[in-house]
Amino acid sequence: MHPVLKLERRPQPSRTWSALAPVLAVLITMFAGGAMFAALGQDPVEAIRTIFWEPLFGEFARFDRPQLLVKAAPLTLIAIGLALGFRANIWNIGAEGQYIIGALTGAGVGLAFYPTESALIFPLMVVAGALGGWAWAMIPGLLKVRFGTNEILVSLMLVYVAEQLLAKMALGLLRNPEGRGFPGSRSLRDYPSAHNAELFAGTGIHWGVVAALIAVIFAYILLARHMLGFHIKLSGQAPRAARFAGVNPARLTLICLGISGALAGLAGMFEVAGPAGQINIDFNVGYGFTAIIVAFLGRLHPVGILLAALLMALTYIGGELAETNLGLPAAAIQMFQGMLLFFLLAVDLLTHFRLRWRRAEVA
Amino acid sequence: MTLTRILSAAALTLGLALPALAQDKTKVGFIYVGPIGDGGWTYEHDQGRLAVEEHFGDQVETVFQESVPEGNDAERAIMQMARRGADLIFTTSFGYMDSTINVAREFPDVKFEHATGYKTADNVSVYSARFYEGRAIQGHIAGKMTESNIIGYIASYPIPEVIRGINAAYIHAKKVNPDVEFKVIWAYTWFDPPKEADAATALIDQGADVILQHTDSTAPQAAAEKAGGVITFGQASDMAEYKPTPRVSSIIDNWAPYYIARTQAVIDGTWESTETWDGIAPGMVEIGEITDAVPADVKEEALAMKEAIASGDYHPFTGPLNRQDGSAWLAEGEVADDGTLLGMDFFVEGLTAEIPQ
Repeated sequence: MHPVLKLERRPQPSRTWSALAPVLAVLITMFAGGAMFAALGQDPVEAIRTIFWEPLFGEFARFDRPQLLVKAAPLTLIAIGLALGFRANIWNIGAEGQYIIGALTGAGVGLAFYPTESALIFPLMVVAGALGGWAWAMIPGLLKVRFGTNEILVSLMLVYVAEQLLAKMALGLLRNPEGRGFPGSRSLRDYPSAHNAELFAGTGIHWGVVAALIAVIFAYILLARHMLGFHIKLSGQAPRAARFAGVNPARLTLICLGISGALAGLAGMFEVAGPAGQINIDFNVGYGFTAIIVAFLGRLHPVGILLAALLMALTYIGGELAETNLGLPAAAIQMFQGMLLFFLLAVDLLTHFRLRWRRAEVA
Repeated sequence: MTLTRILSAAALTLGLALPALAQDKTKVGFIYVGPIGDGGWTYEHDQGRLAVEEHFGDQVETVFQESVPEGNDAERAIMQMARRGADLIFTTSFGYMDSTINVAREFPDVKFEHATGYKTADNVSVYSARFYEGRAIQGHIAGKMTESNIIGYIASYPIPEVIRGINAAYIHAKKVNPDVEFKVIWAYTWFDPPKEADAATALIDQGADVILQHTDSTAPQAAAEKAGGVITFGQASDMAEYKPTPRVSSIIDNWAPYYIARTQAVIDGTWESTETWDGIAPGMVEIGEITDAVPADVKEEALAMKEAIASGDYHPFTGPLNRQDGSAWLAEGEVADDGTLLGMDFFVEGLTAEIPQ
């Protein structure tokens, strides 16, 4: 007879653990990651310090800090939209595709006016980007509502369609006619009316950062105060009750997919007109997928998502610094990011279960 | 040992003569598109970096960042290096072109070297190698060796460098084997082993018994080995672990002399913006050992072509050559000019593949 550790389902998910889990996961990651860096022959304290401290308070922090916002902006925008759907059990996994299409429509509208200069062009691009992402998300939405297809599969598959379309556009319609035969569109940075320029000199902070912050506030109000937010939450927690409460599931599906598609499209548009600067074959770098992680890391809560996106941005930028300053391999940094998510899921168990020491039963 | 001693003595003398320089090590940064262990393109650039470290010893410090995505992340990575005191930064992929130019504008005192691009500035040089010279030799061997008369080509992106390579290989395969056909797969990646393996397998399934690649991993070599009866060529690096077959020869990029020379120029304060495009003659492009899987006479012809290219007697793009659409490009005996080659956006006559539009 020896005591064993037993898992016991909690009657209610623990609020304390739900809030504590991300913090604990970060701490465990620091230790486990530190051990890995030590095994690679690095000073673990220095490596962890470089990743978490250097971008925030290091010698060049005043340059790195705004970069955190720049990196976190598309993640936040996309994750906010995804989280609304996830809360209602509507699973848009294809934000990467909507991000690409938003960039294509946004940049396409801008380039269509080249070289006209007008203050109206950029706002038009913003609208076009949102509409593009929205339309791409409507495909899995309508197919689900009409034919009952699985939105997870359809939205994911459409990512690959979008990637092909991106390549096609970079090589064809949107190709820079003065690009010496190289793929890729004209540089939007060199076209003032279409350029998503930095708002404060030297920071890199662009309209996408502003849009992300607005999205956080709107999502917060929507979920806390608005009927739609209530319907979203209710549909996720108690679908039957939601139906009795008058929620139209088809309508909700289209609304949630539409919002997330539009936000992903916006993110793509701000990115292509700003930091990326042009449509090119490998324009997308996985923000649409990373945002899924960000949404869960942030507990599907708007403020949580903002913090989670900043944390992810920190591991990216700090990770890059650790690579160059300490010579850590890129794979070790990716492992480190992977650990963070792994431990989050592990610790998450404590939200729904509690650990109990029990005496083993005699057989 | 002696070399190190001479070098440290030299460094010491230099240090005494120029105390300001002695305090400040010259910092050289490298931005890589793949992991340093890719066994191809990035591996060879990193070998160049290590050669710089070995050559200059304590005089120089090198830093690098691997697997940097092209685009905004590249710009930040380059900027972080420049801000943290790099004196010279090599950005080693075509897609870093605009990022390099943008950062260079903000750091006029830092020198930049961009590989395979065409945009220069007062503090930005470009450099590349005439890989097409090696491709011509590959094409010759491939044309002689193929039995199915189908040669598979794993292309990366439809940019001039890649198109040039396909043309050079095709012209010389066709010359020795009029029945030869090229099947081209555009992988849209420089480094993605599963994708490269899939492309190789697809080409082999279509009857190819020679695989040429313009992607950086050894995955196509592994796929060819598995299929059996297929030959390949090492790309960017020797890929010697697949000798004697499937890998029967290779094109090796040797960046070390260039990197050392450019670092020296920064140390001496003589660095200037230049455009370098070197081939077999100065040793920037090397042809890896041709194994015994290649018949002796073919090997001899291949080596003879290498000599002819190195001595300048032969240019791989010598007329008569027509464009794919049948229009005339080079007249009999006419040699392509560098401008056309650098911006090459067309296939030569006879190729049935298409450049994605």
